Amino acid sequence: MTAYAGEGGRQSRTTGPPALLVLEDGRVFRGHAYGAEGETFGEAVFATGMTGYQETLTDPSYHRQVVIQTAPHIGNTGVNDDDPESRRIWVAGYVVRDPARVPSSWRSRGSLADALAADGVVGIAGVDTRALTRHLRERGAMRVGISSVEGDPRALLARVLGAPTMKGAALVDEVTTPEPYVVPAQGGKRFTVAAVDLGIKAMTPHRMAERGIEVHVLPSTSTLDDVLAVEPDGVFMSNGPGDPEPLEHAVGVLRGVLAAGRPFFGICLGNQVFGRALGFGTYKLPFGHRGINQPVQDRTTGKVEVTAHNHGFAVDAPADRPTETAYGTATVSHVCLNDRVVEGLELRDGKDALTAFSVQYHPEAAAGPHDAAYLFDRFTDLMATRGSTR
Amino acid sequence: MPRRTDISSVLVIGSGPIVIGQACEFDYSGTQACRVLRDEGLRVVLVNSNPATIMTDPEFADATYVEPITPEYVEKVIAAERPDALLATLGGQTALNAAVALHESGVLAKYGVELIGASIEAIQRGENRESFKRIVEELGAEVAQSRICHTLAECLAAAEELRYPVVVRPSFTMGGAGSGMAYDADDLHRIAGAGLAASPTTEVLLEESILGWKEYELEVMRDRADNVVIVCSIENVDPMGVHTGDSVTVAPAMTLTDREYQHMRDIAIGVIRAVGVDTGGCNIQFAVDPRDGRMIVIEMNPRVSRSSALASKATGFPIAKIAAKVALGYTLDEIPNDITSAGDYGTPASFEPTLDYVVVKVPRFAFEKFPHADPTLTTHMKSVGEAMAIGRNFTEALQKALRSIEKRAAILSWVGAPRDKDELLALIRTPHDGRLGVVVEAIRAGATVEELYAASGIDPWFLDQLVLLDEIATDLAEAPQLAPDLVRRAKRHGFADAQIGAIRGMREDVVRGVRWALGIRPVFKTVDTCAAEFAAKTPYHYSSYDEESEVAGRDKPAVIILGSGPNRIGQGIEFDYSCVHAALALADCPDNDGAGYETVMVNCNPETVSTDYDTSDRLYFEPLTLEDVLEVVHAEQQAGPVAGVVCQLGGQTPLGLAQGLEDEGVRIVGTTPEAIHLAEERGAFGRVLADAGLPAPKHGTATSFAEAKAIADEIGFPVLVRPSYVLGGRGMEIVYDDKALESYIARATAISPEHPVLVDRFLDDAVEIDVDALYDGEELFLGGVMEHIEEAGIHSGDSACALPPITLGREEIDRIRVSTEGIAHGVGVRGLLNVQYALAGDVLYVLEANPRASRTVPFVSKATATPLAKAAARVMLGATIADLRAEGLLPATGDGGHLPPTAPIAVKEAVMPFNRFRTPDGRTVDTLLGPEMRSTGEVMGIDAGFGVAFAKSQAGAYGGALPTKGRVFVSVANRDKRHMIFPVKRLADLGFEILATEGTAAVLRRNGVVATVVRKATQGPGPAGEPTIVQRIIDGEVDLIVNTPRGTTSGGSPRIDGYEIRTAAIMGSIACITTVQGLAAAVQGIEALRAGEIGVRSLQDWARALREDQ
Ligand SMILES: Nc1ncnc2c1ncn2[C@@H]1O[C@H](COP(=O)(O)OP(=O)(O)O)[C@@H](O)[C@H]1O
Ligand SMILES: Nc1ncnc2c1ncn2[C@@H]1O[C@H](COP(=O)(O)OP(=O)(O)O)[C@@H](O)[C@H]1O
Ligand SMILES: [Mg+2]
Ligand SMILES: [Mg+2]
Repeated sequence: MTAYAGEGGRQSRTTGPPALLVLEDGRVFRGHAYGAEGETFGEAVFATGMTGYQETLTDPSYHRQVVIQTAPHIGNTGVNDDDPESRRIWVAGYVVRDPARVPSSWRSRGSLADALAADGVVGIAGVDTRALTRHLRERGAMRVGISSVEGDPRALLARVLGAPTMKGAALVDEVTTPEPYVVPAQGGKRFTVAAVDLGIKAMTPHRMAERGIEVHVLPSTSTLDDVLAVEPDGVFMSNGPGDPEPLEHAVGVLRGVLAAGRPFFGICLGNQVFGRALGFGTYKLPFGHRGINQPVQDRTTGKVEVTAHNHGFAVDAPADRPTETAYGTATVSHVCLNDRVVEGLELRDGKDALTAFSVQYHPEAAAGPHDAAYLFDRFTDLMATRGSTR
Repeated sequence: MPRRTDISSVLVIGSGPIVIGQACEFDYSGTQACRVLRDEGLRVVLVNSNPATIMTDPEFADATYVEPITPEYVEKVIAAERPDALLATLGGQTALNAAVALHESGVLAKYGVELIGASIEAIQRGENRESFKRIVEELGAEVAQSRICHTLAECLAAAEELRYPVVVRPSFTMGGAGSGMAYDADDLHRIAGAGLAASPTTEVLLEESILGWKEYELEVMRDRADNVVIVCSIENVDPMGVHTGDSVTVAPAMTLTDREYQHMRDIAIGVIRAVGVDTGGCNIQFAVDPRDGRMIVIEMNPRVSRSSALASKATGFPIAKIAAKVALGYTLDEIPNDITSAGDYGTPASFEPTLDYVVVKVPRFAFEKFPHADPTLTTHMKSVGEAMAIGRNFTEALQKALRSIEKRAAILSWVGAPRDKDELLALIRTPHDGRLGVVVEAIRAGATVEELYAASGIDPWFLDQLVLLDEIATDLAEAPQLAPDLVRRAKRHGFADAQIGAIRGMREDVVRGVRWALGIRPVFKTVDTCAAEFAAKTPYHYSSYDEESEVAGRDKPAVIILGSGPNRIGQGIEFDYSCVHAALALADCPDNDGAGYETVMVNCNPETVSTDYDTSDRLYFEPLTLEDVLEVVHAEQQAGPVAGVVCQLGGQTPLGLAQGLEDEGVRIVGTTPEAIHLAEERGAFGRVLADAGLPAPKHGTATSFAEAKAIADEIGFPVLVRPSYVLGGRGMEIVYDDKALESYIARATAISPEHPVLVDRFLDDAVEIDVDALYDGEELFLGGVMEHIEEAGIHSGDSACALPPITLGREEIDRIRVSTEGIAHGVGVRGLLNVQYALAGDVLYVLEANPRASRTVPFVSKATATPLAKAAARVMLGATIADLRAEGLLPATGDGGHLPPTAPIAVKEAVMPFNRFRTPDGRTVDTLLGPEMRSTGEVMGIDAGFGVAFAKSQAGAYGGALPTKGRVFVSVANRDKRHMIFPVKRLADLGFEILATEGTAAVLRRNGVVATVVRKATQGPGPAGEPTIVQRIIDGEVDLIVNTPRGTTSGGSPRIDGYEIRTAAIMGSIACITTVQGLAAAVQGIEALRAGEIGVRSLQDWARALREDQ
């Protein structure tokens, strides 16, 4: 730490009482309370998007995570009714440098600070978010505590070390929808899809509905029978929080779907579940991918997509060769050019026809670029062809 | 896809002289391109008429042609070099237009030259407003309602439909030349008239006004595999109606949600694909209606632009470099990201940079030099330069940028009582230089964000940031003492020590003392393209008041080079050239114990090569103020040994910092601050001259009219008056009588009160001589002796000059050498010295000495094939001229004062911005030259003889080069009549038809020159409707104009007599000569042109020949 460590907060205490941020390795940052006052714990992760904080905050995949925004100005456009990706803010805590004092946007319905307070989200502002990000980049994601009620870093550190870790955490059931619901197709229904909600973002069924898909969103606890009961042309598994390893139930359901030869599309956690269903392992990345500027290469076309990412775990599959599985031949379809991490899987049958695929990143892109939207078309094409062959 | 193997040589076209709207950003892009092409093993052929650029250094290309960028000359180069391909997307609009012309004249086809980057079709689709409109609409996006017009009549009709105000925009122009906002039919007549003339395709577009909308820009990059990335988003603080080049801009966009941003991104990608820019960068501008988000595409530039330079520096993504690589066929994923590719794996260029800081750009204007120009900011760019600053928040970046501009008035101030609120709100309604300062004043006067928004259209978020600054300023003013929290908070929002001092009535150094005592110092963060997601290897730093510093330790001693800040008239790219050369020279030279140096560049000008992260070992993007530089020095001292700071290459800016730095114990290398003072302080310099026995014009200093008058009476009128300590002849005037003197004192003292006014005897009919020399304490190396074409009295920066001097004999040059040596010795120069002399009668007067690199260093270096700036850097760090001769950096024998008779003649011609300015009533500002510098750039013509060299310089400088036949109009002041006779007679003999006003015609007739008398503007049309000369010029009947001013030349104030003529010439871009000396030179040029085929020759060739003869 440098000479001025710990003084960042006092440099900009324009709002809220002093607040503390303590990482599990003992590094301390000071700032001032932002959003709700109180104390919170979670896994510290940084997100590098310069736009889309409202989508980020409401993305269920961030459940139990304390998000550090590397973009210094947060809240400039306030909050509105169109951009949330789910019914509430999920992040366990929020770390920013310069929160907006007044929102400015014709769509704004209120300030972000108020929205955070309303959902009881404890945040901290005025922190050297770049120093914190560099620390996490070097030492990896770790537990963190934020408090505007505790003045003693040592006391807070003790509680941080008592908080649960992300490794092995099964969080899906905490974020999934309690009841099934249907997102109707727009302009003439073409297909029915059973979407297993592992922490789904609102934009995903929307992108499907735009393409004439009637989306039946089902709780994560749904059984194979529940899934087949909606007579889906295709099955989808969404993004979601936590470690894929404990998700035996979802893996079992997916194996059933594949055995039944139903077209499948998975995103993010859905990609990891797909990987496990095919017999691949999953592992935790040092600090994950969280941003909307990640270069992913489609290994079949060689084209590069700029994509939205939010994942701390990844699939461990051989990128250089196909893998024979009980359900067909699996190949790695996409890789991240920054670090060669597996970003997509493809399953083909004996006739080399596509039967199922998934990506680790977010083609629904909220927030993020729309480069990967074609994947939703690939899903409809898949259902069209499989439908005709069935 | 790997790079194409079917290309082995590439022709790169530069952007020519620095003009408003096209400045050194194209030196930055062209230099990067040349570097890339050479690294790829290609033969690089370069054409650029601008000698001040780094790209035209012989080392950056295989064949460098400093020749006019006109289709004729470029064709000569193509014929001589037969390149496989032409890269024209990195040389601004000039290069693009040249490429289009070469295509249309069939030259490219004839020589089988392939246009790489953007195809002709793409260029036309992008630049032709009509086809562009179609493309955008096909993408389901909107453009402003518009009508294409080819005649004034069409314009008037269209305007009725669109309803006033309407925006008038010509196609194929840059920097909004010829464009403007028309509020009624009269405006329309005026602007569209100019617009139709400014557009090579003579069509203008009338457009619905969307004044007041939010304005954005996206920088887009595409490769031939159709991978597209957005490099940067830029938001204009000034809403639509102010040219982006004149707006305060911010990166990244601050007030867009992800939905709007992604929509913009989708459109941008659609546009670059539809327009068909196969490879490279382009720039797309958008307008967004703040009420409902309706989005309109304003325009796209299918080339690297000014904003691309800004975006490159703002993100660390080197757009020009990548554009050059993709033009060669690489795909983005094959190109590593230099900055992050240190780690175990490299990250590719096929990503979108993300920022964890805020960048603010502020334009720099020069209205003080054009007192009659309308300072209102409009759709037509008027700024001459810009400064960029980086901070961890908007307020920090904004305040750093405002102090980087180096205008006291630009810095936000809370001193004194604010003016009346309504008066201020009224001022804010019209965009002008310094509007944000007025907004702050209005806040102090009680204006609310709502009121400010209504008046300015500036987004409330930005306005609130200014309110925040006002709150902090209030706390600073009211606090009992400077408590640590308060200081930290103020610094965190960009307040300078000087600002805090002003608010609290303390001296800047006292505030700094308190701050340091409290341990409050900035940290230095890194621009890394990825918001710290990956480790950065490139030390590209900016200061911020935050917690953690990222400056790495160092073993080698550092040399800190201070740059020259924003481009301005009098201090531009020439100084960046010298700074970059110092960095290059010191990078590969051993220090005293052989280890070599690490070079550290400090500068705040995003357009320059010096601010490329790979020019020096370390780059600090910081304002050039004492406070900011002291903090950089401190940070580098923490990091390792510091050999010293170089202050003499960046022009007056760093020179002015030398003393302050030394007072803080910082070592200044080269000429010491004491020595600098000897040269700059009039009295001290007078003594230096006296000791050396050198004459100076009689002079004195005055602080009142009475004193000034006393001096004038003693030394006699005319006198030349000016404030002390200025660069570029600021506020300098020649006055002929008491009245003029009195009015000057009244105005001049307002320019810089703390300095007295200097009164010099004005030397009439004197030949001005400019000298650049190197001095190591023992030996003097005369870099070059430049003889001005125009007489003394016309600023050295504005007059043409020739090197070697065309009329000076050996004996005179030797006197110059001795005098220069005397000054160098007397002052104590270590490094570069620039001296200006005036040869009047047989006396060699010393006008001034500048103990620093001068504007002419790059010109001299190129004309004599000697790297003066490199040598200077070495001398500053202890090398002797003898060492450098031995090393081969300098010629073994002789110098620029003794060039072999076979040496080429290089002519420098200044380029004036007159055509960019209008008086409030829409007339062009006067074009007269004077002692106050007003040129923005320069070109060089080089050839074996003066005539051709001069002709080339004219072709390079003006649209209308020298004519070889046709009509010449002559009207000269009485004092010039004798000198004019011979050259005009010559023109008549060459077959030119001579038109003249009565007096001039009479004199000519008596000397046997037949001249047709034409009516003066003041006489009006004749009885039989005979047109006045002005009318005939407008009607394009005149090919060359010779018009020397009558009476005084004072700070550009128009005298109706001749003014009409000169402005008409500007409008029609007809060669207009305003001095008899210029006329003589022009005649030689015309003779040379008529003598037949003019050749082109590369600098490398000239240098080879020169070395052989030396
Ligand atoms: N329809 C319009 N209404 C109001 N202002 C406009 C309009 N179109 C352009 N402008 C302003 O004029 C400036 C210059 O226009 P632009 O199309 O960018 O020309 P240039 O080629 O000179 O950049 C823009 O930056 C914008 O601020
Ligand atoms: N005594 C003088 N007589 C005639 N011309 C002069 C005299 N002093 C200066 N000038 C003219 O004014 C110009 C600017 O003066 P200079 O001292 O060089 O100021 P700057 O610092 O702006 O270069 C010179 O280039 C020269 O043409
Ligand atoms: Mg523009
Ligand atoms: Mg001078």
